[in-house]
Amino acid sequence: MILEVKKIEKFFHDPVEFKVLNDISFGVKKGEFLTLVGKSGCGKSTLLYVLSTMDTDYKGELIIDGEHVSSYGQDKLAAIRNEKIGFIFQFHYLLADFTCLNNIMIPALKLGKLSKEEIEYKAMEKLRMLDMIDQALKPASKLSGGQQQRIAIARALINDPLIIMGDEPTGNLDSKNTQVVFEILQELAHEKGQTIIAVTHDNDFAKASDRTITMSDGRIV
Amino acid sequence: MANSINRKIATTYFISGRKMTTVAIVGVLLGISIFIFMNSLSAGFDRQSSESFFKTTAHIRIYKDDVLSAPLQPENENSVLIVNPKVVPTKNTIENPNEILDLVRQNEDVVLAFPQVNTPVFYNNGESQIAGTTIGFPPMEGNQMYKIETFMVQGSIQNLELNRSGILIGSGIAERMNLNTGDNMNITSSKGVNLNLTVVGIFQTNNSKEDKTKSYVNVAVAQQLLREGNTYITDINVNVKDPNQAPDIAADLSKLTGYKAEDWIAANASYMAASRMRKIVITFISFTLLIVSCFGIYNILNMTVSQKINDIAILKAIGFNGKDVVRIFVYQALTIGMIGVALGVGFAMILVNILSHVYIGGDIGNFPIRFEPFVFLKGISIGFVITFLAGYVPARKAAKVDPVSIFRK
Repeated sequence: MILEVKKIEKFFHDPVEFKVLNDISFGVKKGEFLTLVGKSGCGKSTLLYVLSTMDTDYKGELIIDGEHVSSYGQDKLAAIRNEKIGFIFQFHYLLADFTCLNNIMIPALKLGKLSKEEIEYKAMEKLRMLDMIDQALKPASKLSGGQQQRIAIARALINDPLIIMGDEPTGNLDSKNTQVVFEILQELAHEKGQTIIAVTHDNDFAKASDRTITMSDGRIV
Repeated sequence: MANSINRKIATTYFISGRKMTTVAIVGVLLGISIFIFMNSLSAGFDRQSSESFFKTTAHIRIYKDDVLSAPLQPENENSVLIVNPKVVPTKNTIENPNEILDLVRQNEDVVLAFPQVNTPVFYNNGESQIAGTTIGFPPMEGNQMYKIETFMVQGSIQNLELNRSGILIGSGIAERMNLNTGDNMNITSSKGVNLNLTVVGIFQTNNSKEDKTKSYVNVAVAQQLLREGNTYITDINVNVKDPNQAPDIAADLSKLTGYKAEDWIAANASYMAASRMRKIVITFISFTLLIVSCFGIYNILNMTVSQKINDIAILKAIGFNGKDVVRIFVYQALTIGMIGVALGVGFAMILVNILSHVYIGGDIGNFPIRFEPFVFLKGISIGFVITFLAGYVPARKAAKVDPVSIFRK
C-alpha cells in the first residue's frame, strides 16, 4: 500500500456544523490508477485535499509510503508534498510570472537533489513527452488552457513523485486533450509504477481507470 | 540550493512588479537621504558650536567657588532667628596652584592644564578710557587651547612668549586707539596699577564685542596688575581628550582638588538646552520621514502579497513551507531596501556636498556640514532594519495563507 486512510472524519464548522467526511477507510496500491467520483458536494475534493496533506483539520489516520503523516507539522508535510506528491489542478494553476520551463523546474529546484543543468534536462524531457517543447521559454500566462494543463502535468511529474493527485485534471479540456491527458496518466501508472488518484466528473474517464471509488454524503458507497 | 530558488522567485516578482517596486525604492531613497542629511546637519551644528565655544572656553575650569555662611542654629525651640546667608569673604584664589596643577595633570584624561588670571582693566587712550578684560596665561599653552594663532591678524603669539611685557589686543581696541604691532600702550587695573606694555600682536575673532574689550598678557603681568605675587591664580583651565566626557572628569577633578570644577556643558547650560531642543526636532522630523517611507514599503509588499496569493497557494502545494514564503517576500523587501539605501546614501552625499559649499558668512563661513561616517552608518543600518520589518510583517501574513481555502474558491 502506498497510501492508506483509516476512519477519516472531517467537519465543516461554518456556517453550521456539518460532517463532510464520515468514516472513510481505503488503501491504494502502488501503480494503481484510482478515480474518485460522486455528486457535487459529496466530499470527494475535500477528501483529496486531506490525502494531499494540505488539509490537516481532520480526524483519523493518513499513511503515505509507510509514514503516519497525520501527526506531522506543516514544514514536514511541505517536504513530503515536494518529494512524494505531484498535483494537477482543475484550473491549471501555473505561476504567471515565470516561463513554462521555470514553472516545471521550481519543485525540483526546491527539492535540491539534482543540479540545475540536470533539472533543466529533465524538464525538457517532460516537455518533449507532452509535445510542448516549443513552448518552453514562453511565459506561462501566454498559453491556452490545454497547453497550461500539460505544463502543470509536467510540473507534477518533475520530481518523479510516488503519487500524482488530480482535482478534475481534465475538467476544462476538450475531448481531444482529455484523451491525451488520460493516456499520459495511464502510461505513468502502468509503465512507471506511479500511483494516480484523480477526482473526476467524467464517467468515461472514471470507467477507463483501474478502480473507482464512488462517494455520497461523505461516505464511500 | 533551496534558498537560491527562493531568491530566484523573489527576483522574478521584483522584476515583474517593477512599477510598484520603483515607487518603494524612491520612498526608501528619500527617507534615508533626508535622514542622513538632517543628522549630518545636526552633527555639523554641534561641531560648529563646540568649536566656537572652545575658542574662549576650556573644557573644564577649576576655580574657587563662593562659600555661603552656614545658618546659625537657634539655641532652643522658642527662639526665632532671622538670618540671611551671606558670601563668606575669602580670597577667590586657588591655594598652592602648582601642586593642584600637578595633581590635575596626573589624570590620564587631561591633555592640557594651565593657570589663568583674569582681571578687568582700562585701556588708556589719552583722556578717554576703554573698559575691558585682560587674560593672563602662559602663551604657548593658551594658544594650544584657544587656537589664538588662527585669528591673529598682526604679529604672533610667539612674541608674547618672548616679550614678557607684551600684550595681544583685539582689533577693535587697536582701531580705536590707533595701535599697531610694536607700539606701546598704557593700561590701568582695578587696583590702580598703571603699566606700559608693548603691543606684540592683534587678533580678530568674529565677535566684535570681544575684539573691542579683550586682551591677552603673560600670567606675571596680570598678577602685577592685581598687586599679587606669583602664586595668585584664579582659574586653572583644563582640556581633556574627549570634550563629551568633561562632566564626569570635572566631577573627579572637583573631588581631587577640593575646588569647584565646572565643565563647558554646565557653563553653557542654556545654550546646550537650545542645542538639545534643536536635536530633538531634527531627530523627530527625520524619524517621521523614515517611518513614512517604511509604510511605503509595507503597503507595496502587502499589495504584492495580496496579488500573489494564488502563487503562494501553488508554492505551498508543491512543497514550499511557511519559512520559504517568508524568505521570498523578505528577500524582495531587502532588495528594495538595498537599492533604496544605496541610492539614498548617494543622494545624501550630493546634498551634503552642495550645502557644504554654500557660504553663510559671519562667524560660520561655509555651511557647517560635512561627510559624517557615523551618521551614514547609522542611516544605512536603520534603513535595513526598517525595510526588513516592513517586509517581514506582510511576509508573515503570506506564510499563513491556507492553500486549500484558495483552491476551493
